[in-house]
Amino acid sequence: MIGNAVFRVEGLRKSFGRNEVLGGIALDLHAGEVTVLMGANGAGKSTLVKIVSGVYERGGGTMTLAGQDFAPNTPAEAIRAGVVTVHQNINDGVVADLDVATNLTLDRLSGKGVPTLFNPVRVRREAKAVADRMGLAIDLKARVSDLSLADRQMVAIARALAHQPKVLILDEPTSSLSSAEADRLFALVDRLREQGVAILYISHRMSDIRRLADRIVSMRDGVVSGAFDTKPLDYEGAVNAMLGRKIHLDQIVARSSARAVLTIEGLRIAQGARPISLTLGDGEVVAITGLVGVGKTALAETLFGVRRPLAGTMTMNGKPYAPRSAGDAIAAGVFLVAKDRASSGIIGGFNIERNVSLPFLKRMSNFSVLKRRLERATARRQIEQLGIVCRSEKDQMSALSGGNQQKVMVARWMAQNAALFILDEPFQGVDISARRDIAAKLRASANGRATLLFVTELDEALETADRILVMSEHTIVGEHRNADVDLDRLLAEVAGGPLHSAA
Amino acid sequence: MELEWRDHGLELGKNGSGAGVRRMTLRDYAIRYGFIVLLFGLVAYFAIAADGFVSPQSAVFIFQSVAITGVLALGVTATLVVGGFDLSIGSVATSAMMAAAYVMVVLEQNAVVAVIVCLLIGALVGLINGWLIVYMRVPDLLATLGMMFLLVGLQRIPTEGRSIATGMTMPDGSVANGKFSDAFLALGRHRFDFFIPNLIPVSVVVLLVLAVLIWFFLEYTRFGRMMYAVGSNERAAELAGAPVKAYKIWAYVISGVFASIGGILLAARLGRGDIASGNNLLLDAVAAALIGYAVLGAAKPNAFGTAIGALFVGILLQGLTMMNAPYYTQDFVKGVVLVVALVFTFALSGRGRG
Repeated sequence: MIGNAVFRVEGLRKSFGRNEVLGGIALDLHAGEVTVLMGANGAGKSTLVKIVSGVYERGGGTMTLAGQDFAPNTPAEAIRAGVVTVHQNINDGVVADLDVATNLTLDRLSGKGVPTLFNPVRVRREAKAVADRMGLAIDLKARVSDLSLADRQMVAIARALAHQPKVLILDEPTSSLSSAEADRLFALVDRLREQGVAILYISHRMSDIRRLADRIVSMRDGVVSGAFDTKPLDYEGAVNAMLGRKIHLDQIVARSSARAVLTIEGLRIAQGARPISLTLGDGEVVAITGLVGVGKTALAETLFGVRRPLAGTMTMNGKPYAPRSAGDAIAAGVFLVAKDRASSGIIGGFNIERNVSLPFLKRMSNFSVLKRRLERATARRQIEQLGIVCRSEKDQMSALSGGNQQKVMVARWMAQNAALFILDEPFQGVDISARRDIAAKLRASANGRATLLFVTELDEALETADRILVMSEHTIVGEHRNADVDLDRLLAEVAGGPLHSAA
Repeated sequence: MELEWRDHGLELGKNGSGAGVRRMTLRDYAIRYGFIVLLFGLVAYFAIAADGFVSPQSAVFIFQSVAITGVLALGVTATLVVGGFDLSIGSVATSAMMAAAYVMVVLEQNAVVAVIVCLLIGALVGLINGWLIVYMRVPDLLATLGMMFLLVGLQRIPTEGRSIATGMTMPDGSVANGKFSDAFLALGRHRFDFFIPNLIPVSVVVLLVLAVLIWFFLEYTRFGRMMYAVGSNERAAELAGAPVKAYKIWAYVISGVFASIGGILLAARLGRGDIASGNNLLLDAVAAALIGYAVLGAAKPNAFGTAIGALFVGILLQGLTMMNAPYYTQDFVKGVVLVVALVFTFALSGRGRG
């Protein structure tokens, strides 16, 4: 362990309006070390990164770089000072239509003292120096748009490293890479570590974290909830600190089901993943939990017909079920409240009434002419049922709070009877009372269908489900009846490692 | 490259300000009724300033002048609804006109064949546009721009760039002896009695019928509703079970067919296949549809607004003509009206709501 931190953050705060996102963060980064930052969605990771990289202004606290005060006003200032960030979206870091050489030297094309004329020979010479320094084996004349994602990533990182940073922040760099591509990235990170760069590595992937981490810092609700730096690292402890249980009041009476609604056998949703087999019963609420990127949404989309499985069969109420589109799934009684309502759920130009009726227009029309009275009655009934706070069913969606918007999305799909009701991250961006309302409604109406939730937060699963399944690496790795859950085993399964707490 | 009408502040996730009853402010009134007031003001002004502006004949003349662009504008409205755009409508119309003339004059066929050929051309162009945009992933403006150039050229090939009229000499030296059938010409020249004998031209009736049809289709059928959903949030519409690709292609087919109907009316009015006519159709139609966004504060493409938009432009031009404004000021005035309407739609109504 190195005593003095290169980069030190203390008491960092940030609020947006009345909403406090960071509540006093302390974080040390040491030269030649990879510090992994873990945190669920909304924990404040990206806000932290944006403050450090000069995108946001901090609300309070201090940051020091090599003993000196560090307060960047713009991303360019942060980079000049030696703190370089490679953002999650690879294409933000490169210009697709230019060649690799120009991309690598892009930051030297503007600013003071730069010659007006563009000299291709000089650019290529400088680019070659940058590429050699980090062992980048890519044709410098290739256009970035012709490169694979991994190569683009390498270019983006190389471009960042051309500044000789003291601190490098990698924000979920492997989220769109294959495992072979990720290996190249890891080799690069190893080399940078040897060169003495302090690296902050943000990731959800346990395999990445096991491979790279020297230290782990877990964040939860805007504060550091755990720091782990004694080897061997306590991965389960880190996951627990990130997802861990808050005290929750309502204990669930877990039910079990007599009649199977959906049976899945040998379903494979990704290359190289182990097949999934499971049964969902009538009246049962099942939650599938797991970290971001383990295939929860992929499974939800496969069940809903917008993604094809690689192998396997599904049986719905005794009949084969192989939906080829969302329309097929809906016709078979499979409804999905999709993740991220703003991009996949809400029709911005429509009011509440029209958002609710959207999937069932055919059932609400006569010879294709809409029965507007039925539409309005349905919307009113659903507003009443879910307790949506609004003036009337004619309200625009943008007038509603996040929780109420989500209630509209749930109300949309509860307007008709489902055989299988799937909700992908239904509690994201939803306040606690709306979350309770939705969960209670789901449980109260569960009879006559199977209900399947996909949630990252353990609390949400524990609060709503009869049965909890754990997903990791695109397959189901564990199952728990929500009566007396062995939390240690569950967390170990989420963390994806071998169970060693028994020893 | 698509027109953004997902307004009303899609600021989701943030806390809305929906609590409490909100009265309509002066600005809300301005946004909602501004354009209608402007329209009535314009009529009142011309009624005082221009002699003979207020008369049935003048009204019919205005309707007749906007009939063809109105039909085209209603078609392009369908593509705007699904979040697209169709720049090929003007050239579809002129191609249909040339085809009608060719079918009757050169091939010596009757009116029914000519009309069917025109409609097929419109549908086919719409299908190709839709296919390019949906399956070939060409951006809508570029795909339909390309189609526009293609058609402008294509319609001149059969006659080597000449206009088509009875008695013309064909490229191979023969003389075309066919002629426009009376039934076809009636589409452009017959007038129905309406209180006053021989008042309302067929084209105006066609415009009104199509306007009501497309309005009903967009507002009251599930297909229209889904088209709006596709235009507002494609992914959400898809996850609600809509065949999004089919809806988009259909929108371009509607646009193509409407444009070809406009072409039929144009051919019937001119009585020849005039290579030089129809230059203004595209811009006038697009202006009418975009002005339509501002009508009643809709802030989205809509059939009623499009019809009012077309009427607005027609009244303005008729009034200016009757006041002896020079012809070359007309395009300028149209442009000013369009820009003002767009400000109404995007700047005023985009903010302050939501």
